Amino acid sequence: MTTPTTVRDLIIVGSGPAGYTAGVYAARAELEPLLFEGTQFGGSLMTTTEVENFPGFREGIMGPDLMDEMREQAKRFGADIRTEDVEEIELDGPVKKVVANGETYYARAVILAMGAAARYLGIPGEEKLLGRGVSACATCDGFFFRDQDIVVVGGGDSAMEEATFLTKFARTVTLVHRREEFRASRIMLERAKANEKIRFVTNAEPVEVLGENSVTGLVVRDTVTGEQSTLDVTGMFVAIGHDPRSELVKGQVDIDGAGYVTVQSPTTATSAEGVFAAGDLVDHTYRQAITAAGTGCSAAIDAERWLSEQGDITENTLAAAGEPVAVDA
Amino acid sequence: MANTITINDDSFKQEVLDSEKPVLVDFWATWCGPCKMVAPVLEEIAGEHGDKLTVAKLDIDQNPGAARDFQVMSIPTMILFQGGKAVKTIVGAKGKAALLKDLADVL
Repeated sequence: MTTPTTVRDLIIVGSGPAGYTAGVYAARAELEPLLFEGTQFGGSLMTTTEVENFPGFREGIMGPDLMDEMREQAKRFGADIRTEDVEEIELDGPVKKVVANGETYYARAVILAMGAAARYLGIPGEEKLLGRGVSACATCDGFFFRDQDIVVVGGGDSAMEEATFLTKFARTVTLVHRREEFRASRIMLERAKANEKIRFVTNAEPVEVLGENSVTGLVVRDTVTGEQSTLDVTGMFVAIGHDPRSELVKGQVDIDGAGYVTVQSPTTATSAEGVFAAGDLVDHTYRQAITAAGTGCSAAIDAERWLSEQGDITENTLAAAGEPVAVDA
Repeated sequence: MANTITINDDSFKQEVLDSEKPVLVDFWATWCGPCKMVAPVLEEIAGEHGDKLTVAKLDIDQNPGAARDFQVMSIPTMILFQGGKAVKTIVGAKGKAALLKDLADVL
């Protein structure tokens, strides 16, 4: 028995604030979006603790709780959320293809919101000791470093947040940063500096993670003198930024040198017709939950307007495009 | 309706080490976001492969003993036990396909 393949109006790839917000808006606009949140759903906020700067939560809200709220809100309006990883995306032509879990789904418009993945240092010992003292998730693993000496590598807000959070458990936290100045916001930096458990080592570049079965130290090189020294630590938390997850659409939409999908600002339109992009996949400037949610909203509105400009799809246009598909009734 | 079983430090020997069937133990905690991501995937795997594999959940906050014994330093960590021995350690949340691949030897 074969069931006719349906062409949906919209598929959203990715969760996090951008994907879920696009889901809320598109579902309310009755586009009945299919949303692939992936098996690692919820985006970067799933590994944060307290989110203090999301408007509307004056007491703050835990990252995973905020994502749960957004997810349920999208569901409430009828977004069809699937916890599957997308394996393949084809964005050319009037009907786009998305393959997840071996099955192919079709839609006229697609919103890309795959976000960004935590970056690692790529130094000897790091990969071997991942989960054995090397971590990219302070909220997950801080618990295991009670009364121990650990390092946090990085100079941005997430490094400051992780270092501050980890002082709840660790005896000392050494913040290792390869420059003298910090990218972190003043409030986060001041908070870390005021914490007496945190020690700063600047102009220091991690060279090697030491240890056989668990971390026993970190070798760092002074970027000014070139001298190497070893920090006696049992844990290393990496917070040196993120890389956009644009591999699946490489060569299909315009991407900048750093891997971010480029859009026709102030819209969210990509270089491919009917394809929109939002959140950390696009944004290398602000990278906040609220800006991701904002562009997710824009993408849903852009997609809705684009779809209505296209008018009703007919089987003829699909046949003309050579697609063996039927229109969703 | 849970397909997974919940274990603790006291029942660890009986439910895991003495089990005839291979057991995948999920070391998790309530405050861990990625643990929540992997939970539904483990439920599914437990439901589909219950005849060959038991999936057991262990809250490390309540049960620090087993986590210490098996040197769990990151969660989620999933350890596969076979014949009373830890035969494979999987660190971090993964998709269903990737997990099934890791478990291919026993499924």
